[in-house]
Amino acid sequence: MLAPESLKKIDREVAKYPPDQKQSAVMAALIIAQDEKGWLSTETMDYVAQYLGMAPVAVYEVASFYNMYNLQQSGTHKLTVCTCLPCGLQGSLEAADYLRKKLGIGFGETTPDGWFTLKEGECMGACAMAPVVLVDNKRMCDYMSNDKLDALVDELSRKT
Amino acid sequence: MPKLEIDGKLVEVAQGATVMDAAHKLGIFVPHFCYHKKLSIAANCRMCLVEVEKAPKPMPACATPVADGMKVQTQSPVAKTAQNGVMEFLLINHPLDCPICDQGGECQLQDLAVGYGASASRYQEEKRVVLHKDVGPLVAAEEMSRCIQCTRCVRFGQEVAGVMELGMIGRGEHAEIVAFVGKTVDSELSGNMIDLCPVGALTSKPFRYSARTWELSRRKSVSPHDGLGANLVVQVRQGRVMRVLPLENEAINECWLSDKDRFSYEGLNAPDRLTRPMLRRDGKLEEVDWEVALQHAAAGLQDAGVLASPHATLEELHLAGKLGAADFRLRHSDFAGDGRRQGIPWLGMPIAELGNLDRVLVVGSFLRKDHPLIAQRLRQAAKKGAQIHVLHSVDDDWLMPLASKTIVAPSALAQAIAAFKDRLAGANNAAVLLGNFAQQHPQAAQIHAAAQALGVKLGFLGEAANSVGGYVAGLPTGGGLPAVLGKKSVLLLNVEPQLDCADPQTLRGASFVVNLTAWKSDVGDVLLPIAPFTETAGTFVNTEGRAQSFQATVAPPGETRPAWKVLRVLGTLLGKPGFGFDTIEEVRQACLGGRDVAALLSNAIDPEVRSSWSIAGIQRIAEVPIYFADPLVRRAPALQETRDAQPPRAWMNARLLQKLGVAPGQPLIVRQGEGSARLAAALDDQLPDDCVRVAAAHASTAGLGPMFGSVELQKAPMEKVA
Repeated sequence: MLAPESLKKIDREVAKYPPDQKQSAVMAALIIAQDEKGWLSTETMDYVAQYLGMAPVAVYEVASFYNMYNLQQSGTHKLTVCTCLPCGLQGSLEAADYLRKKLGIGFGETTPDGWFTLKEGECMGACAMAPVVLVDNKRMCDYMSNDKLDALVDELSRKT
Repeated sequence: MPKLEIDGKLVEVAQGATVMDAAHKLGIFVPHFCYHKKLSIAANCRMCLVEVEKAPKPMPACATPVADGMKVQTQSPVAKTAQNGVMEFLLINHPLDCPICDQGGECQLQDLAVGYGASASRYQEEKRVVLHKDVGPLVAAEEMSRCIQCTRCVRFGQEVAGVMELGMIGRGEHAEIVAFVGKTVDSELSGNMIDLCPVGALTSKPFRYSARTWELSRRKSVSPHDGLGANLVVQVRQGRVMRVLPLENEAINECWLSDKDRFSYEGLNAPDRLTRPMLRRDGKLEEVDWEVALQHAAAGLQDAGVLASPHATLEELHLAGKLGAADFRLRHSDFAGDGRRQGIPWLGMPIAELGNLDRVLVVGSFLRKDHPLIAQRLRQAAKKGAQIHVLHSVDDDWLMPLASKTIVAPSALAQAIAAFKDRLAGANNAAVLLGNFAQQHPQAAQIHAAAQALGVKLGFLGEAANSVGGYVAGLPTGGGLPAVLGKKSVLLLNVEPQLDCADPQTLRGASFVVNLTAWKSDVGDVLLPIAPFTETAGTFVNTEGRAQSFQATVAPPGETRPAWKVLRVLGTLLGKPGFGFDTIEEVRQACLGGRDVAALLSNAIDPEVRSSWSIAGIQRIAEVPIYFADPLVRRAPALQETRDAQPPRAWMNARLLQKLGVAPGQPLIVRQGEGSARLAAALDDQLPDDCVRVAAAHASTAGLGPMFGSVELQKAPMEKVA
């Protein structure tokens, strides 16, 4: 179900907790699983549950609580715009509108070519640097003016 | 011990107690939803906010530990404002469908809204909608918008049932209760979630929209199923049992009920109820008058044997025992212990004591299915650190941590017990418990003696409601089951011989059968309609030796009569002595007669007792599936739709499958004695070698021989396609 490298990484996370509390590693395990698969399918979550000795629904609880876990297949690149209040006051809503118009999709949608998914995010702890866009959960881009958004989309659109 | 003051009253409670505990001790009610005495503390409904002196804000009573000198106000303006505020938020998304809601009239939210809610809502916006879910045939989750996210159902699954089948996904406004994608709630205790739900989000599917709660009369009764003797509230309307709820009894069922006890009532209203006596004439059953039927029955019952159900009442069993050779241990196959026991086999301790054991060996038990609430008690013991050891022939998941398990073939069970001596040594409160499989085993007496030799407390997990009561009633009489099997005429008391006996072909030697039954049957020359437990008074003596009497809750339909009256008349017609009773109290008096039941109980057995049994070839492991165990539950439609009621398959390990050359799912012919059954093969790699697990008590396996024995397996030829 998961590649041996992923399982090795999960084992490393599991080793950080007492043996009878393997489920403490569930968040890390889901991140590793998502990195490999791109998203968390029911089967993937089932597998993680079995691997950590948890009830499947308990894994689902965690995965649905945090919105950086993708419960649906997303595009090649996921752009998450923070729309919380401090960011919103500093132009992130306009930045989000610009992105929606530019990509032609709304929040939670994927472009027809399957390249971009746009998501509404919550506080990323960078309110001073609004608007903030998170690329693929791992790369944070700040002060996102329209020009910088154009540049970002151009950069990500280059299919290598 | 800290002393504190609640609403001006002083109280002293144990260290670590919560404000809620202290308030309960004083008899002060603090409104709450998520708090439940048997579940862990969640403090997520916030309804129990109270004012604590010097605390900057209201505190949840359920999650605030007491401190010495604490001053708590539960009714002060601060507390009341907080509670009213919480109620307003809870009602924001709660639909106003109380007039059609099944919970209406017994809804905690409805009740508390009267005291803490406003008369009109200030909320003008759209309410959120939560989609309905299908979680199985017993629990209805059709109106999940009513849910207030107290998570009692989730915690019940985790903590009591031992399996988390429901969870709360999402967060904030998007939080909702779900089963994992596509899964159902399959726990044998799932019905308790309906009771726990403080609103109408989880309701009973079989009861749905059939009555308003305030139309129902509540009558106390006792469960006729397993040996626990769970206390019931039977709710009736217009002479019909509408539903069954638990009656709280901390010493027996606590506040729980197994699904079998809760939903089996549907069988009482089954369409095949027998309501008039029937007589077989020229091979066909015809309805006749009681007088004709009784005369006919009495004429044929000279020197008769009696097969009585262990689910029959004490009074019925007592009278049945006087009619001739009688036995109630229908699924037992070893009677070497008769006359060598010092008393009536019983649990060996009070039921509540199970939770205090620190080391337990359970021998031969399908524990979760045969004794759902005893399993729950042991699960709580295991949580407190008790070591649970298992010796059995199958490895089913007990949903509790096990210290060790040994899975052996049925023929090796008796010999395997002695090896546990070391594992039980050094415990403060150890016990060995013998399950249904061990009691039905052809070496039951030897297993009993081996368990006794371990030198710790010994207990029998009572198979049926009157597994102890049958002995108290004086059975077995006249040589017991082996003698009954040699009789030409047999009286059946609430027994379906093909399904309720160790050997489905039990009646092969009988030429005249009188069948006392609540349901239509094609077995018998005379069928006499008798009342099931809700329609007759009676007594069950449960596995801890507690005699619990109950009254009828509804009148029997048609010409159905309580079985004790039918037996009395039959006894009189046969000219037997000791049948002159006018009331059931007189029968009870004659049976119990002021005797102390506790003094009759003893698990001591002659240590030298040996059982003669040998077996060769492939051994059958027969369980009695939970929802096929007695005639009543077999007729409960909702229970029959559950996963536990799936038709039996022939389970075996991979080696045996390979030897036979069949793949899981392929049809297989199982031959035992003269009979055979066609079943699907299935893989269970935990089963011992050369064993096949084929359930008993099911129509599809009723053609086979006894529950224990050797079988022949053969790949089934492909069926010809027309």
